[in-house]
Amino acid sequence: MLRKARQWGPPLLLITPSLILIAVFVYGLIAVNAWTSATDMHTAAQSTGVTPSRFVWFENYGQLLGSDSFQHSLKNLLLYTVVFLAGAMFFGFLWAWLLDRPVRFEGVFRSVYLFPMAVSFVASGVVWRWLLNSNQGEQASGLNRLFQMAGLGFMQNNWWNNVDTGIAAIAIPAIWQLSGYIMALFLAGFRGIPDELREAAKIDGASEWQMYRLVLFPQLSPVALSAVIIIGHMSLKVFDLIMSISKPANYQTKVPAIDMFTLKSSYNYADSAAVGAILLLIVLVLIVPYLISVARAGKR
Amino acid sequence: MTTTTTRPPIADVPPPARTQKGPRGADRGNGRFSPARTARYALLLFFLVVILIPVYVLIVTSFKGSGDAAATRAWNLPTSWTLENWRTAWTALSPAILRTVTLVVPSSIISAMLGSMNGFVLARWRFVGADIVFTLILFGMFIPYQAVMIPLLQLMLGAGVPSGVPSLILLHVIYGIPITTLIFRNYYMSVPEELIEAARIDGAGMLRAYWSVVLPISIPSFVVVLIWQFTSAWNDFLFAVFFSSSQNGPVTLALNNLANGAMLQNYGQSMAGALLASFPTLLVYILLGRYFIGGLMSGSVKG
Repeated sequence: MLRKARQWGPPLLLITPSLILIAVFVYGLIAVNAWTSATDMHTAAQSTGVTPSRFVWFENYGQLLGSDSFQHSLKNLLLYTVVFLAGAMFFGFLWAWLLDRPVRFEGVFRSVYLFPMAVSFVASGVVWRWLLNSNQGEQASGLNRLFQMAGLGFMQNNWWNNVDTGIAAIAIPAIWQLSGYIMALFLAGFRGIPDELREAAKIDGASEWQMYRLVLFPQLSPVALSAVIIIGHMSLKVFDLIMSISKPANYQTKVPAIDMFTLKSSYNYADSAAVGAILLLIVLVLIVPYLISVARAGKR
Repeated sequence: MTTTTTRPPIADVPPPARTQKGPRGADRGNGRFSPARTARYALLLFFLVVILIPVYVLIVTSFKGSGDAAATRAWNLPTSWTLENWRTAWTALSPAILRTVTLVVPSSIISAMLGSMNGFVLARWRFVGADIVFTLILFGMFIPYQAVMIPLLQLMLGAGVPSGVPSLILLHVIYGIPITTLIFRNYYMSVPEELIEAARIDGAGMLRAYWSVVLPISIPSFVVVLIWQFTSAWNDFLFAVFFSSSQNGPVTLALNNLANGAMLQNYGQSMAGALLASFPTLLVYILLGRYFIGGLMSGSVKG
């Protein structure tokens, strides 16, 4: 008995505080949030507990998913994710590919490509709002002015002020900030490939393209999967950039995370919680298969 | 879940990709002109310039006075360089910068300690279900915080945790547990078993072995974790918006108010402010870059 206590006591002592915190603040709160999202807590009086609220099951979800406004948010989120993902993967891979062979000043290039990652979305939002200014012609500043100066005036556009595709402009700063990260992942991937593999392929007479297609790409696919998960997951939570470049009230750039904030600000806790739960579900679809595959791979 | 270096999100610490400059295939035409090589350098330089465009704008605009407001001068250097914007931005942001320091330092240290304890137990104490417990902890890193925000607000209010620095310390510590646990666990998995066993044969209990053998060799992981937590807490905006106000909040909130508060935007001020707010994390990145990358590599799916 005493022996058991000596064996189990210390590790339990070390890990229990964290387990309790995670149990309460992650799993407990997710459960409470799900409960709140199934009530009619739509007013300040109800949200602060002054007047009672009823349980309405999935009514809030039905109304949210049926509303044009929330559908617009979901559509925006999808467009943002596609542009962000495509951009970050493209530039990240390209830079890693360019830097994989011996390059002079490799460290300088790598550091500059990666540095935007160290800056907060709020700070980069300040400069990107200036760059993505929608004024054109005489009044143009930012990128539109730069396009004029470069003789590319036709490329001017109103960036994030476009109702249908404005959200794609918000993905540009996100690509600027995170492509370097994807580059770092791919670069580590490239360098994790044993030289013998390349040598063997060369000896077998593989062309450059065959080498990539048959040897390098398969080796890099786990890295690519991780990169997609990381960017996709970041993209679903986009909030800071929109708050800083646009405004929460701007219809053209709203996404679920922004809706969650505006609904909370008007004390509509039930709908706000429902939006949070929907976001969680979307993330789960992406993450759970990944976590399981990582766990399986580790067991081997 | 053992670690492999070729699968980055769960890779080893410190980072692998730093100084591997080994010749990869012979560098054909060493020093000689070759179209492929030239194209590669041209592309690299082109992207370098593109990435630095926002930096140019930030720096130049922050030194511009009202005389440079015309749109036609948007990309020009200032007609007269002025420190006015920097002064205003510093007055507006310095209290918030101080508050951010007081919240980021304790929260990074506490969450690093918790992560180290958890990581050690999960790596060295192979009880049934250890992997499941680890995965359950790890999951906390992936959740969108929007999914806990409403009950979290109610809980913090109900528990009477003051808004501002105290709330934010608590939140960064709690939601930092998954990533810090991950980094330390992976590191401790790579520590030779014999090292700890030797300590235990010498009569040290698990706690003693942790304190006197494991902690001292964990310095590299601590650096990685501290940098990671420092950067993400410093740059946090989501928790700041929900759990603090412009009177008691961190620098990201103050910067956002400076940049978006007034009806007429003063870009000079907000750009000076953005530079001020980014200075600490950039300094860390420049001085301790390799550890920063180590954090990225070890599973930074947080943001």
